[in-house]
Amino acid sequence: MLFLAISFAGYASEDSDPNKDEEFNAKEMILHHVKDAHEFHLWDWKGKPVSLSLPIILWTDNGLTTFSSSKFHHDDQGKEIVEANGGKFVKLHEKIYQLDANATSVAFDEEHHPTNAHRPLNFSITRNVFMMWVSVAVLLLIFITAARSYKKSKDGVPTGIAGFIEPLVVFVRDEIGKPMIGEHKYKRYMPYLLTIFFFIWINNIFGLIPILNGANLSGNIAFTCTLAVFTFIITTLSGNSNYWKHIFWMPGVPVPMKIFLMPIEIIGMFVKPISLMIRLFANITAGHVIILALMSLIFVFKSVAIAPVSVAFSLFITVIEIIVTAIQAYIFTILSALYFGMATEEAHH
Amino acid sequence: MTITGIAAIGAGLAAIGAGVGIGKIGGSAMDAMARQPEMHGKIQSSALILAAFVEAVALFGVVVAFLQG
Amino acid sequence: MDLITPEFGLVFWTAITFLFLLLILRKFAWKPILGAVSDREEGIKNALASAENARKEMENLTADNERILKEARLEREALLKEAREIKEQMIANAETEAQEKANKIIEKAQAAIESEKKSAMAELKNHVAGLSVEIAEKVVRQELSNKDKQLELVESMLGEATLN
Repeated sequence: MLFLAISFAGYASEDSDPNKDEEFNAKEMILHHVKDAHEFHLWDWKGKPVSLSLPIILWTDNGLTTFSSSKFHHDDQGKEIVEANGGKFVKLHEKIYQLDANATSVAFDEEHHPTNAHRPLNFSITRNVFMMWVSVAVLLLIFITAARSYKKSKDGVPTGIAGFIEPLVVFVRDEIGKPMIGEHKYKRYMPYLLTIFFFIWINNIFGLIPILNGANLSGNIAFTCTLAVFTFIITTLSGNSNYWKHIFWMPGVPVPMKIFLMPIEIIGMFVKPISLMIRLFANITAGHVIILALMSLIFVFKSVAIAPVSVAFSLFITVIEIIVTAIQAYIFTILSALYFGMATEEAHH
Repeated sequence: MTITGIAAIGAGLAAIGAGVGIGKIGGSAMDAMARQPEMHGKIQSSALILAAFVEAVALFGVVVAFLQG
Repeated sequence: MDLITPEFGLVFWTAITFLFLLLILRKFAWKPILGAVSDREEGIKNALASAENARKEMENLTADNERILKEARLEREALLKEAREIKEQMIANAETEAQEKANKIIEKAQAAIESEKKSAMAELKNHVAGLSVEIAEKVVRQELSNKDKQLELVESMLGEATLN
């Protein structure tokens, strides 16, 4: 709890410190936290942010351009211009812009959009990508260690971490794979279901750890979108004739109804992954927003008296979010399995 | 009122709807579990799935609010 | 708006990372773990089946044993019965044999008695004849002296003879 308070307080001060006269802006602070960033900000030390610089990788007209994010000197207002590989780059609200050839500084229109700069393709290792790799390393460590321990014990009895992992794996198999897809076909989908379950879960948990300044990976729509697209591709590729018949020519209903149902089913085909994407993204993001909003109450009211209340509330929400991390991973996995099951279901009329 | 305020009201309305829906699911699931404790696991997982479907509607509201915010 | 626009870079890295993770975990984690779990389940199933088999075999064995015991008991009873019958028969045989023997002995004895009797009778007859002759001689002599006395003597002699 102390960590939580300290780390979020760090955030708040970061936003309010540079301009002492500027009002504390809770919305900006929250959005800054929830969004991706090009550097891994750890904490502030004597008014200066201590952070991990991450590489910026851009694909510009001149080809691949890379430089360290530290060159921006923590500037996020588009003031610091970095020249690399014949291009001029600025960072504005955690986005990298390339200035047009003859421009020397960023010009803004009235909605604060730059007018003389465009965005190159950005493959930077951002905070989220970095945390994703950390989570992958942790997952690999856990599961490969677990798998090894089976080989070591001759009688196949789980020892060590495998004893903790096995019930979860069996849960995914028996509660998600088997009932949703069916006894005969579930085996093909098990690696995907298991991977997606643990990948989402661990990233949900990492998002809640405050000292990592909560890289909000699973609350980022790019992440959920990618996973939803994977589910969509697998569903579409494994769809059998029965599945397509149910979409284009629903059996067992009169012809006008078939024509009426067809567009609905086609829309449904796309709505399913979209709802997967939105559900995970919005759940996790909303959780983070609520925790941070409760925390920023302290700074909005500029009073220590409010701290116990807001700390207690955000502790409560954090505990709920810990449950939500598992539930959302479960929901994403079980719905994916449900869609696979629908795609592979045999006609039973 | 600003557009953000209206968006917040919209998100709140979506939350009311989803709250009612999830509440009904939860209540019925509890009822069913009390009647048939042996079906506990199955009822729980289907209740969770249904809650997720209902929740999606509320989350669309949240996303619209994000769009405006 | 920013919040719900997927960044291309993150989509790219997520896709690559996820595919990498999927492939690695499938090969090095899920296969061994699921394999071990299903092997164990298979093992448990087999063990249960073999236990069931053993139980059935056991049951069969006990049933067999019981059957054999029953048979043995029946056989023993049959044997005993047979033995008893034989014994009774033997006793009966012996009895009849003994009876027969006894009868034969008796018969022989009777026959012997009969023949003895006959021979005795014959002897007696001879004797009587001899006596009669003697008596007749004596009578004949006495008749010569006294007719009355002669008659008296014959009479007494005859009386004596019938007593024999």
